[in-house]
Amino acid sequence: MNRLSPFNVVSLTLGFAFLYLPMLILVIYSFNKSKLVTVWAGFSTKWYGELLQNEAFLDAAWVTLKVAVVSSTFATILGTMAAYTLVRGGRFFGRTLFSGMIYAPLVMPEVITGLSLLLLFIGIGMDRGVVTIVLAHTTFSMCFVSVVVSSRLMSFDRSLEEAALDLGATPFTAFRLITLPIIAPAVVAGWLLAFTLSLDDLVIAQFVSGPAATTLPMKIWSSVRLGVSPEINALSSILIALVSIGVITASLASKRHSLRIKREELAAARTT
Amino acid sequence: MRRALLISVPYFWLLVLFLVPFAMVFKISLSDSVLAIPPYAPTMKEGIWALLTQLDFENFTFLTTDDLYWKAYLSSVRIAAISTVLTLAVGYPVAYAMARAPEEWRATLMMLVILPFWTSFLIRVYAWIGILSTEGFLNQFLFGIGLISEPLTILNTPTAVYIGIVYTYVPFMILPIYAALERLDGSLIEAAEDLGCSRLQAFWLVTIPLSKNGIIAGCFLVFIPALGEFVIPSLLGGSSTLMIGKVLFEEFFSNRDWPVASAVAVILLLILIVPIILFQRNEQKQAEADQ
Repeated sequence: MNRLSPFNVVSLTLGFAFLYLPMLILVIYSFNKSKLVTVWAGFSTKWYGELLQNEAFLDAAWVTLKVAVVSSTFATILGTMAAYTLVRGGRFFGRTLFSGMIYAPLVMPEVITGLSLLLLFIGIGMDRGVVTIVLAHTTFSMCFVSVVVSSRLMSFDRSLEEAALDLGATPFTAFRLITLPIIAPAVVAGWLLAFTLSLDDLVIAQFVSGPAATTLPMKIWSSVRLGVSPEINALSSILIALVSIGVITASLASKRHSLRIKREELAAARTT
Repeated sequence: MRRALLISVPYFWLLVLFLVPFAMVFKISLSDSVLAIPPYAPTMKEGIWALLTQLDFENFTFLTTDDLYWKAYLSSVRIAAISTVLTLAVGYPVAYAMARAPEEWRATLMMLVILPFWTSFLIRVYAWIGILSTEGFLNQFLFGIGLISEPLTILNTPTAVYIGIVYTYVPFMILPIYAALERLDGSLIEAAEDLGCSRLQAFWLVTIPLSKNGIIAGCFLVFIPALGEFVIPSLLGGSSTLMIGKVLFEEFFSNRDWPVASAVAVILLLILIVPIILFQRNEQKQAEADQ
């Protein structure tokens, strides 16, 4: 086993301190009693209490959650379909355009995506609100889903699908029984990615939303522009805690899953 | 039949919600600004011929006459480029150390790099306001250890924008470089050292060239989004920092000049096309090398 040189230890320590200290400070100071966010005045959870009574924030959180669940579900369905047609669909009319449209949104600046979608919604006279945010989020996150799923589709053994087709399965049955279970982890990962992208999006929502719908990032944005506030610190800490729990659970689960597969493979190798 | 359905649903979705809006941005960038809702004069109602004869590049010439715009483009490119170099300087040593770490640590280290990516971007940028402000934590700390006697002004300067970009995008730099370094065969470095290279020479002559693709990929992954960045310059840069994403946003929401905002967007895209194509080429080369 190789030991880390002092230089490497220092770069890891500094690097991770840089990544985590700002968030740590935020979490610690969310428990600050003082309204002045940079002066410590004793431990208190009052900002959390005030946050829970702030209806505007709770409403915005609810809107955000609804948008994220619906748009990431649509995005997963559309993105998986797109990935499947790109990897397995063979040639069809306009394939290059299609793959271009899948990859372009990944690198498109958010201001341009937001602007163009707003112009479309206004052009067709659509009321702006939750629906337009869902449509916008579905569109850009389906591309991320499609990239995640297609990398999985490309890496798995195609002969498994062919065997099912040879044995008389319809393409749909083969997809349901063979392909879908194999790409399932990527589909789940794609859904999670789409979900977080939607939760996180400020710029596009700012463009396409109307007065009827305010998402949590929009709400945070409008109060953050006025400076640091202890309530936002509390809200940020809650979000950081939720994400950390989610990511750590997911990575532990995937570790256990891969350990189980390894064990099963070992057992299978022994029996043959 | 099923196949046609499978292809056409995502295809039409993207046509309607990606390509058509895009065409509209182009169209509106070529139309006149009027005081109405929507605040632009339509250019397509009277058929193609009328459209072609009436096209006007007024908005684009306007962009060249008002020096706010080209200054904003230049300053965006400069800020994005400097931040990319800084991100590389911060990210490379971390990626290098991760690739050198004992194998059982690597998955955990990876997770620690990815975790901030899942937390809200807005919050991560916001966290720096409290650190960088005049009475913020950094000044308190430097004051406490006696390094400064007067608070530094960092918030609302380009420095704060650099820090913000490096902080939020460093995972995009670390991951591809780590992927390249992890595959690097350690015996190559040993061979170089056996043949008389110093450690530094071996690093410069073997490690850096072999991680070149990771470096290039990381740089593009930082540079491309940083160029159109809006949140970071708005929160940390103050009014003194010009970036084109911010100009576009303000042109649209404050001035309500849609044609000019669209023209700004079109030119931003034209600027982005070059790095995007270079990035794709690098990825393709990488994919071919892997096979």
